[in-house]
Amino acid sequence: MVVNQVKLVPSRFTALLSATAATVAVVGLSISAVNSQSSVIKIDGSSTVYPITEKVAEGFQKTGSAKVTVGISGTGGGFKKFCAGELDISNASRPILKKEMAACAAKGVRYIELPVAYDAITVVTNKGNTWAKNLTTAELKKIWEPASTVKNWKDVRSGFPNQPLRLFGPGADSGTFDYFTEAINGKAKSVRKDFTASEDDNVLVQGVSRDKGALGYFGMAYYEANKGRINEVSVNGVSPSVQTVQSGAYTPLSRPLFIYVNAESAKKPEVNKFIQYYMKNGGAAASAVKYVALPARAYPVAMTRFNKKKTGTIFGGEEAVGLKIDELLTRELKE
Amino acid sequence: MAPAELSAQSLSPAHNAVSRRQLISSSFAILGLLVIFIALMVLLALVTSLVLQGAPRLNWKFFTSFPSSDPLEAGILAAWVGSVLVMLTTMLFAIPLGVAAGIYLEEYAPKNWLAALIEINVTNLAGVPSIVYGLLALGLFSQQLNLGESVLTAGLTLALLILPIVIVTTREALRAIPNLLREAAYALGASRWQMIWDHILPYSFGSILTGIIIGMSRAIGETAPLITIGALTFIAFLPPLPIQPEFPFISFEWLTAPFTVMPIQMFNWVSRPEQEFQVNAAAAGVVLIVMTLTLNGFAIYLRYRFRKGVKW
Repeated sequence: MVVNQVKLVPSRFTALLSATAATVAVVGLSISAVNSQSSVIKIDGSSTVYPITEKVAEGFQKTGSAKVTVGISGTGGGFKKFCAGELDISNASRPILKKEMAACAAKGVRYIELPVAYDAITVVTNKGNTWAKNLTTAELKKIWEPASTVKNWKDVRSGFPNQPLRLFGPGADSGTFDYFTEAINGKAKSVRKDFTASEDDNVLVQGVSRDKGALGYFGMAYYEANKGRINEVSVNGVSPSVQTVQSGAYTPLSRPLFIYVNAESAKKPEVNKFIQYYMKNGGAAASAVKYVALPARAYPVAMTRFNKKKTGTIFGGEEAVGLKIDELLTRELKE
Repeated sequence: MAPAELSAQSLSPAHNAVSRRQLISSSFAILGLLVIFIALMVLLALVTSLVLQGAPRLNWKFFTSFPSSDPLEAGILAAWVGSVLVMLTTMLFAIPLGVAAGIYLEEYAPKNWLAALIEINVTNLAGVPSIVYGLLALGLFSQQLNLGESVLTAGLTLALLILPIVIVTTREALRAIPNLLREAAYALGASRWQMIWDHILPYSFGSILTGIIIGMSRAIGETAPLITIGALTFIAFLPPLPIQPEFPFISFEWLTAPFTVMPIQMFNWVSRPEQEFQVNAAAAGVVLIVMTLTLNGFAIYLRYRFRKGVKW
């Protein structure tokens, strides 16, 4: 009797046990196999640079050379992983900062800084706004500075109508916000508090298109995709376009976008191939996703910098506003 | 006043009170119906608008294409395969752990302060925001255990997330079995394990399964913890197949592969400037809703099947 029972029960019991054993085996196997994917080029970072890199990666992968993955962790999040040595390439909508340089140095990560395109921050108003076709940087500062009390268009410039002013802008986690506040108010992140902030630029487009007295700003691609719903505003008499951005006339609201390549990864043939492909096709990719490409002469210069493996940044960890493309490529690199 | 003198007049206050209560009762019924109706209408409107917006993109190509910067070329292949694999991994870990923990807490654990403490913790864990699990997973699985940004990390994270749900529903299911059954099994000389394995589990299996699947349908829509552990946005290749043509035929390499999932793909499309991507996002939303509804439908069917088999 007893023997019988003991025999019966384990048959099910073993099934349960072997299931558990299988689970444990799976974990064991996968832990040992985790670092075996070397043929994948890992890219992460800025959401602003993402569309360009995605376009390039898509084209590159069709050549069958290597696998590419692109994530969106933001410029800061990207540098965090990059400096920990987890990435081959980091997308960045601003130059690397001092504390990130220190983090990279601590881990022995050296990097090659390559400008890939321009993003023109576009100031926009409602379709019904017939008066503000042009604003000066001084007027923008008057509107956006931390101590600003401007709540009506008539206070922006005499002659503007009596129309309440409603402000829309990217939230504090955005690189666009950092650059705009630096360029207009003179200090990154310093801005008045009473505006509608959103990390989702489509929300800003919606907001501006619904309020006659609205004023907002975001990347040019979002203006291009919504031309029919909102107006663009010239800054200091210059309207944002491929020509004015490339010539450097649309200043200070155009900013360069970068990729940072891990110098160690750059030795890998697939990463090398990818960068060659990026420098050849990056301009076209940028235009295709409604960004402004660098002038054609810039890409070969950047490629040379990569081929000679010149590491470091020209910015020395500082935000720089209104830099011309030639300065980006010829200034001395610092580490 | 004598009972004989009860007249319509003298009863009218009572009548009034009764009819007032009936009025309250029936108006609550109407209110309840209205609330349900409003909730359903909102849901229906949401699903309808999603389907209408996404319909033009819902074709075979959408399911078999990788993400692309061209909205017409872009598809959800990497996303749905990723979602399925992550769900599979989640199931693999959450079911044995959750059910076993539920059984222990309900059938074995002595009723003392330690059991009470565990119980409070499990219940509280069910209410912890998912991003917290993401942070835990980033530190523990991704960095400490060096599992990286893999399907395995994601599966473990989501398993952790739904574990409290599975434990709680397992316990509820076991508690619903009448004690008579346990006593009858003991009376015939069964051990505690025999009683659980041969009687309690088969009877409560339907309800346990429902809990598991409800947990799974929560997990399939999660975005925040997966973004935290580094799920990707652009990935144009599939993990290696679990079944290989050569010995040993089964490969677990997919567990270590980078991945993306449906909600992340959707989120990415929603934030794009081009209007065409909104159509893609809506189409992906429809697919996600269908996936969730299928899971739920499956749960209802299984519950029905197992309840039918219960004879006591």
